[in-house]
Amino acid sequence: MSATGIIFSNIHDANLPELTRKRTLASVPFGCRYRFIDFALSNMVNSNIFDINVIAHYNYQSLMDHIGSGKDWDLARRSGGVKILPPYITAYANNQNSLYTTRLEALKSVNYILDKITSDYVVLSDCDVVCNVDLQDLIKFHKESGAVLTMAVKNLDLDEKAAEASTIFYSDENARITDVLAFPKKFSGKADVALNISVINTQYLQQIVMDAIAHGYTSMTKDIILKNLETQKYCVYKFDGYFACIRSFADYFKYSMDLISDNFARKSLFNTKNRPIYTKVRNSVPTYFSPDSVVKNSMIADGCRIEGNVENSILFRGVKVSRNATIKNSIIMQDTYIGEGTYINCVISDKNAFVRDGRLLSGTEEQPYFISKGQTL
Amino acid sequence: MYKKQQCVAMLLAGGQGSRLYTLTEKTAKPAVPFGGKYRIIDFPLSNCVNSRIYTVGVLTQYQPLVLNEYIGNGQPWDLDRMQSGVIVLPPYQGKDGADWYKGTANAIYQNLAFINRYDPDYVLVLGGDHIYKMDYNAMLQNHIKNGADCTIAVLNVTLEEASRFGIMNTDENMKIVEFEEKPKHPKSTNASMGIYIFNKALLEKYLIEDEADPTSSNDFGKNIIPKMLGDGCAMYAYPFEGYWRDVGTIASLWDANMDLIGDKPEFDLSDKKWRIYSRNSALPPQYVGEMAKVSNSLITEGCVIEGIVENSILSSGVIVEKGAYIKDSVIMSGVRVCKDATVNYSIIDENCEIGENCVIGRTRSAGADVTIVGAGLSLPAGCNVPGGEMVNKAWLEGKK
Repeated sequence: MSATGIIFSNIHDANLPELTRKRTLASVPFGCRYRFIDFALSNMVNSNIFDINVIAHYNYQSLMDHIGSGKDWDLARRSGGVKILPPYITAYANNQNSLYTTRLEALKSVNYILDKITSDYVVLSDCDVVCNVDLQDLIKFHKESGAVLTMAVKNLDLDEKAAEASTIFYSDENARITDVLAFPKKFSGKADVALNISVINTQYLQQIVMDAIAHGYTSMTKDIILKNLETQKYCVYKFDGYFACIRSFADYFKYSMDLISDNFARKSLFNTKNRPIYTKVRNSVPTYFSPDSVVKNSMIADGCRIEGNVENSILFRGVKVSRNATIKNSIIMQDTYIGEGTYINCVISDKNAFVRDGRLLSGTEEQPYFISKGQTL
Repeated sequence: MYKKQQCVAMLLAGGQGSRLYTLTEKTAKPAVPFGGKYRIIDFPLSNCVNSRIYTVGVLTQYQPLVLNEYIGNGQPWDLDRMQSGVIVLPPYQGKDGADWYKGTANAIYQNLAFINRYDPDYVLVLGGDHIYKMDYNAMLQNHIKNGADCTIAVLNVTLEEASRFGIMNTDENMKIVEFEEKPKHPKSTNASMGIYIFNKALLEKYLIEDEADPTSSNDFGKNIIPKMLGDGCAMYAYPFEGYWRDVGTIASLWDANMDLIGDKPEFDLSDKKWRIYSRNSALPPQYVGEMAKVSNSLITEGCVIEGIVENSILSSGVIVEKGAYIKDSVIMSGVRVCKDATVNYSIIDENCEIGENCVIGRTRSAGADVTIVGAGLSLPAGCNVPGGEMVNKAWLEGKK
């Protein structure tokens, strides 16, 4: 059962405009020391998928910097490994060369790579899906079901707002997809929501992409799945582990906080046996807690220096918390400096921010205060 | 074909480190964990890379498994290279028989073929058991500038300490005029750090001569250096200033670990210009719980802290359960300290489990030595280990 991975790095950038102003969604920092793409990459590597293509779109410098040669995921390989596929635009650009906005269009743009795939299956994954999933099991299920395409789903209780950002699948008792609702309005209740992770027969993928190019199709759900429900077998695979789909800035805050408030989330993501999450190694020193520091219910990466109070918060690598500073319910990203006597509550600080002594900053859980990358306050 | 290298480093990592007792029962001394996420050998290896010396032979002998595995292909130190990199050199069987490394000089002698592949002008000989940051390249430039045959790095120690070291008596140009091994009445305080740079051709000559001498103990300090000095070779001392610790004993290992903590630690690892690299395990960030209290401590990835930690160093993946109390201790990776256990002034080796309500060690002020718990042991609930005790399998069985 050989499989190739394809990761869409930009697909939902617009959901997190604050954090994707200077980076792809794939390289948005998450969970103390990771970036979104680490989960997608680690899921693939842990499932013996060592040939991975990452489709980039724009703003992908930070992504390239993060992935490097791929060695931190064991993906610096002679055959296979990780490849970043930047947009392909010819020197004679005209309006036909405009950048893609959907997954199907993205696949059309890398058609030449798809043709070269020799493995039996292709696993497609978005980046805003944080979960630790056994893809081998998904592929096995797919193979046994005889489907051409299997979508991973999780049964969730949706409110109207969440439903508007979800793709919902209905299936029969054999897991065969019978209907799809894409971003339904006024929908609420229990439903099987797409994880945006799927496995597809390589030949079928090549065929639908050729078809899409010929017919000008743009949407996988509307133009392919919905049109062919009767003639092709599409299945759902029910996943029951922890899963966070980050569709908004408030979601980002909420799911980050899950990591400290929800033992199941932490265990399911980080402590699943044989399935560690890999990330770029930064060689930080261990974190130092000074004699005056008070830290409660927080997740802390290496390389920090804590002299103040930290409560219900997430500190990324290399954060410095000065004396008498108080950080509550906040997410502080890499190398941020928090000055003496500051008080911070419900704040998301991007990388390398500098908060001067004595500042008082507070947001709310629904609308966290955001400090942008490199900003001095 | 091999590319010529100006300097090849030979890292002597075969020592047992018998004064670390149970900590080196299953591992060579250079592989002993240090400072939360390092092993001792990370320091000389990182120094080599930071000094732009990319050809490093690591000579192993005693319990090499952990060390070999740790070094691997050298990737964490950027020493996985096309033309050079780090290469582990174990003793081997030859046509004329098999030999263990008889002494430091013999170990290098047996690997002359390795050195010669790179046709180096200079050979840097290092120990694998010290904690320090040093620019070997600056020392090499000094060696070249002096037109020396051999340069020995020296540290200024106190007069009392001097009798424990090999002492280099020099003239005003730092040219060595006399060498005394552990002198009773030292004339100077320039102690050899066991770091040598030799002109390769000359080193080869002396190693071959030394090997032919059946009375020699094949040791750099005892044989090669005195012989070269006697022959009138140009030998210079290179003064090193900065932090340098021999971690050959339990007490010095504990001390050196403690030098990393504090507001302004004696030894600062966070220098971005001289990074210490180490092999990383993919562990999640540390979690500090609701009831936890952590002060003046270094804590790293994978730890889960629910208890109290004071003046201590916790390596990766250490779990401190509720009510547990750790003070003045070095806890190595994968240790679990269960509910309400107390660990005081101790070094707990990798993957131990300290059962509920255990009392390990006594407060530092009580006067006893550091308490040691050997790797992989499970201490039953309520176990009481007095201060200065050395717990290994035999100790535990005797207890039952």
